[in-house]
This record gives sequence, structure tokens and C-alpha cells, in this order.
Amino acid sequence: MQVSYYPGCSLEGTAADYAASISAVAPLLGVELLELEDWNCCGASAAHSLNHELAVALPGRNLALARKRGLDVVVPCALCFNRLKAAEKEMAEPAARPVRIWDLLDFLTQETFLTQVSRRLVKPLTGLKAVAYYGCLSARPPQITDKPDWENPTAMDRLLEVLGAEALDWSYKTDCCGAGLAVARPDIIDTLVGRLYDRALAAGAECFVVSCQMCQANLDLTQSRISEKTGKRYYLPVLYFTELLGLALGHPEAAGWLSRHLVDPRPLLTGKGLL
Amino acid sequence: MESLTTEGLTPSTALPARLATQFSVSPSVCYQCKKCSAGCPLTFAMDLLPDTVIRLALLGQEEALLRCRTIWVCASCVTCTTRCPNGIDIAGVMDWLKEEAVRRGVAMPQPEVATFHRYFLDSIRRGGGRLSETALMQRYTLFQLRHRPNLTELVRQLKLGWELFRRRRLRLWGPPALKGRQDIRAIFEKAGA
Repeated sequence: MQVSYYPGCSLEGTAADYAASISAVAPLLGVELLELEDWNCCGASAAHSLNHELAVALPGRNLALARKRGLDVVVPCALCFNRLKAAEKEMAEPAARPVRIWDLLDFLTQETFLTQVSRRLVKPLTGLKAVAYYGCLSARPPQITDKPDWENPTAMDRLLEVLGAEALDWSYKTDCCGAGLAVARPDIIDTLVGRLYDRALAAGAECFVVSCQMCQANLDLTQSRISEKTGKRYYLPVLYFTELLGLALGHPEAAGWLSRHLVDPRPLLTGKGLL
Repeated sequence: MESLTTEGLTPSTALPARLATQFSVSPSVCYQCKKCSAGCPLTFAMDLLPDTVIRLALLGQEEALLRCRTIWVCASCVTCTTRCPNGIDIAGVMDWLKEEAVRRGVAMPQPEVATFHRYFLDSIRRGGGRLSETALMQRYTLFQLRHRPNLTELVRQLKLGWELFRRRRLRLWGPPALKGRQDIRAIFEKAGA
């Protein structure tokens, strides 16, 4: 199955680990990701905060490129996904060749893929206690994202169960981590992310599983700082769902992706006999 | 005792009308249930609660809104808009106020956020269409050094940069030149950004 793929800027940089796991896992499920040729930045929070027109025109160009190719577009970054959807809603004229914009998590957790995964499981993630953390913008606002379950999404929880892990129930699945303010107001992040750590621990989690690289960076890169500040010595690795997919399907490079996080997940996974 | 002043109290009657035309649902349908403020995860860092922002907008209190901290502390998580029983795009109003504050050159209580956003857009424009995270961080770090020098923070940033670099997550070269960089330039020019 061929789809257009819009990686977004950070997957070419700080989220190179996410990009690597996506490129490796998609073919295992028979998905061919064709990178959208000549794509540009969606403008992110900067554009929608400072210039509404830019915030529609920048993703609008990507949407036009995707429509020209005529294949559905799959987007790993929650913010890129949201901006592409926003542009789609705002562009007045109906498309001659509409294409569906997919959030990567939703795309890869369609029933057909989950069935494939459960059949081909090499290493079930038995004993791994995780909370699925979806973040904000893949779900909200539903008028833009067209998601039916914006308050309590379950796609990642279902995937984790199929992979053999334990997806714990918690109330902070879609609570904001503040990633857009990570650079300019780190003090705010410490409060928001610290709260997420505490709630995850209270739920009994040993790690977070995410589908957004902004959430990943914000929960992972800040952990030593927040530990220092609170004196709580957190150890909560932040894993991409694609990394766990790769691990459970026996991809040989999985350990390599995991080695690129700041909070090293390998001790946790080795302890469970999963690495 | 401070002398009484009416400064800042003169309402802008145009504001509610402008907002009404700007959004598909006029903020004037707000009945103050405060669900937006109840669900907002950022209230601890705000000077005005989201429901107060809407109320003040309807009362034409433009000055107070354009100068407040709240609009820049809003993380755009869109919980407020999502949960508003009347369909008001509260996060959209926050964005509208940010844009207006920058356009009018209003003195900001904390210029960090707007500066970061501006550098972000500059980086896309200069790079010809894609963001260079490294260039953005370098420029922002220099701004911080001038604006609010903090050695501990600088050392932390440099350490983080090194940690990312050795994990091959810091790209030192810029983004690829796009074939459509003329399109990008045109988009920026048309939007006046």
C-alpha cells in the first residue's frame, strides 16, 4: 500500500530517532511511505500565533502537493497533522482530488494492521507497564481533526495490548505538556511535565508511549532538569509507539533507535528481558 | 494614594464587532460558564483566566488584553475551544490577540515567546521553506544572553546540544533547498511576514 509521507522538520533533526523507526516499521506492515516531494514547514505554533494567513498558506502548499499526487498523506507530527487539517478546512474550494490526511498513529492502528501485528509478533512486550500519552493536537479540536474520541483516545492503548504490554488507565492522556513553550518558558514546562510524571507514576507506569515527537522531546529532554529541581530522581523512558512496534516485530535495529533517547530505555527493557 | 485615572478604561467598541466578524461563532455568545478556565492546564502561569479574556474582549478592553501575559502563556492546546459549550474558538481569540499585539508593537510583559516565534518564521523564510532547528536555537540563545543572561541556563543548553549531537539528533547543516523556494518567498510576502 502506497501513501504520501509528510515527515515535518523535526524528523530531519532532533527526532531523527522517530524517523528511523517509522521508516523501518512501515515496510514490515506492507506500507510504502513516499515522502511528499519538496514539502515545506507547516509554520507550527509560530505561524498560527503571529500570522494567520501564513498559518494556512504554508500547510496549504503541502496539501496542494499531496492532492497533485493523489495519495492519502500520513503525518507523524501532531502539530503538522493539525496544521494540515486546519489548512484543509480553511481552503474554500473543494478539492478536485481530495486526499485523506492521517495521523500516523491512527493510520497504523487500523484493524487490518493490528491483525497483521498480532499474527507476526516475535517478541511480545510482556510485563511492560506503560501509559499511552497522546498529547493535544492529534486529537483537538475535533472540528479540525475529525477525531471521534478526542477526550479519551484509545488507539495507542489498543496497540499496546496487541503488542502484549500493559496499557494502564490514567486521566492525563491528552493533557498538554506545553511543548510549544519548551524553549521560551522552561519554567512552565517543569510544572506541566512534572505533573505528567507524577500522574504516570501514580498509575503504576514504568514508561510513557507517545506518537508525537514534540511530546517525546518535552518529556525526555527535560527529565534530568526536572529531577534535579524536584529532587525526585524520575526514571520514566519515553518511547515512540513505532519503536515498540519494531521491537515486538523483531526488527534488528530497535535497540539502536532506543539508544538515541536521553532517558535510556534500555535498562528498563533489558530488565524485562525484552532487549 | 494613586490619582484616579481613566487610562486603559476607555473601551474599544470596535473590538467585539471585529471579533464577531473574525470567527464563525461570535465570542458574544459566551454565558460565562468558565469551562474554558476550568480545563485550562496553564492557568497557574496566567494573569487573566481564559473566560476573563473573553469577557474583557466583549467589554472592549483592548489595552488590558494586548498587554496581558495570558495570551503568551497560552500553549495552544485548544482544550478551551474543544470544550466550549457554545462553540467559541477561545484559543483562536488568543492567537488573534497575539497577532494584533505584535502588529501594533505593544510592549509585552515577556517578549521571549513572541521572539521565539519570530525567529522560527525567519528561519523558515531564510532557509527557503524548512526549519533549521539548530539555527533557530543558536539565534534564540544569543537573544537570551542579551536579554536575560543566565550562565547556568547557558551551560545546560550547551550540554543538551552536545547530548543531542552525539546521538546524531542535531543537524549542523541547514535544510535542503526546495525547488519551490520561490513559492515560499511569495507566501511570506503575501502574508506580510
